[in-house]
Amino acid sequence: MTIAHEFDYLRPATLEEAVEILAKHSGNVRVLAGGTDLVPWLRDEMIAPDLVVDIKRIEGLDRIDHEGDVVSIGSLVTFTDLLRSDLIATRLPLITEMAGTVGSTGIRNRATLVGNICSAVPSCDAGPVLLAYEAIVEIVGESGFRQIPIDTWFRGPRQTALDRGEIVTKVIVPIPEGRHGAAYPRLSRYRGEDLAQASVAIVITPENHYRVAFGAVAPTPLRAQRIEALLDGRTLDEQLLAGATVLVSEEVSPITDIRSTREYRLRMCEVMLNRGLKAALARLEGNGPPYGTRLM
Amino acid sequence: MDITVTVNGEPFTLSVQPADVLLETLRSSVGVKSPKVGCERGDCGSCTVLLDGHSVRSCLVLSVETDGQEITTVEGLSDEGLTRLQQTLIDLNSFQCGFCAPGIVLAAAELLEEEPQPTRGDVQTAISGNLCRCTGYEPIIDAVLAAADTAEEPDR
Repeated sequence: MTIAHEFDYLRPATLEEAVEILAKHSGNVRVLAGGTDLVPWLRDEMIAPDLVVDIKRIEGLDRIDHEGDVVSIGSLVTFTDLLRSDLIATRLPLITEMAGTVGSTGIRNRATLVGNICSAVPSCDAGPVLLAYEAIVEIVGESGFRQIPIDTWFRGPRQTALDRGEIVTKVIVPIPEGRHGAAYPRLSRYRGEDLAQASVAIVITPENHYRVAFGAVAPTPLRAQRIEALLDGRTLDEQLLAGATVLVSEEVSPITDIRSTREYRLRMCEVMLNRGLKAALARLEGNGPPYGTRLM
Repeated sequence: MDITVTVNGEPFTLSVQPADVLLETLRSSVGVKSPKVGCERGDCGSCTVLLDGHSVRSCLVLSVETDGQEITTVEGLSDEGLTRLQQTLIDLNSFQCGFCAPGIVLAAAELLEEEPQPTRGDVQTAISGNLCRCTGYEPIIDAVLAAADTAEEPDR
């Protein structure tokens, strides 16, 4: 039951201290926030760091802030924090809907949104939702802060644009102008705790701009650009939905694994796109199901 | 390295290695056996403890992370006797083998602390990360609702 691999552990009190530790350390180092991915990966020996840097006690990283037309979500903000935030529920309701689908309460109390995109497993729930909101990842390293748009963040399964010596400080999410409707249909084998077999995040604005992003059906979460281009500027009707559905197989490339077959994932992506677009539109018009209602 | 934690109201100074996981520290060093070793990957909920009042998987927490924090297991839920929730679970014969019971009691206790009048759906959500292979969950959900004294009748 033990973690067989030995490592050192440091718990810096400030971001500056954390950056200095990472800059000085030449070996294999891992940053620890919620630990709900890191600890099992250590136990399974998928990773073998010689140093783990626990950022959990760094002040200020646990904040959700509204600054002008963006909301920034610090790297220690948990999914439970997101679920309870009125700011998120009113301004970025797709994040509320997504947060409720992650793990279970015992996981959500610990797991962070930023950790979710840093682990970058293809089925991560934060990925498609942050893609649909066109979020920006803020990073700090020895040479200072830099920002990476979320659409260039994911580089492959468990691979991100984060360089050696860097720490994510927050995710900056622009609030879509005016009202928006959104939906996150997510397929899993049972209610309660399961990874997504497939998911799709959808945002619709009153001017008929659509953002569509899939999760768990490609090496990384991805924006469905062909579907978005087809839908753009047009009012949703059955004919348009049918046209968008045809494009799904060109966008996603699911695999068969222990949780689902390729064929089932592909077919369900079509179903989820339809249901998600309808739910997002209904919510935009003020008569959709409340956010957090299961759409699958 | 040494850490100081409070377990069920009692302070402990423990010598731990960075790779030590809270579940094993509680069972081996502190001697509290109610958090059970189940899947050890966060899926089953049988190792659930309250960390500063919030349910966490003790198999997913490094012991060193908890320095200065307060840990509660079922043994520490009340100063004397059983809580109303625990007594109701017994009265309604909600568990069979009992392996999942400590985790479910803590998950339900956290829910009742935050939502004294939960709906059936709230209870289902609260214990959805705690696997039980005996009961089919219904008698457990009934008992949590009965303990909460909610207006909602069991509808199974």
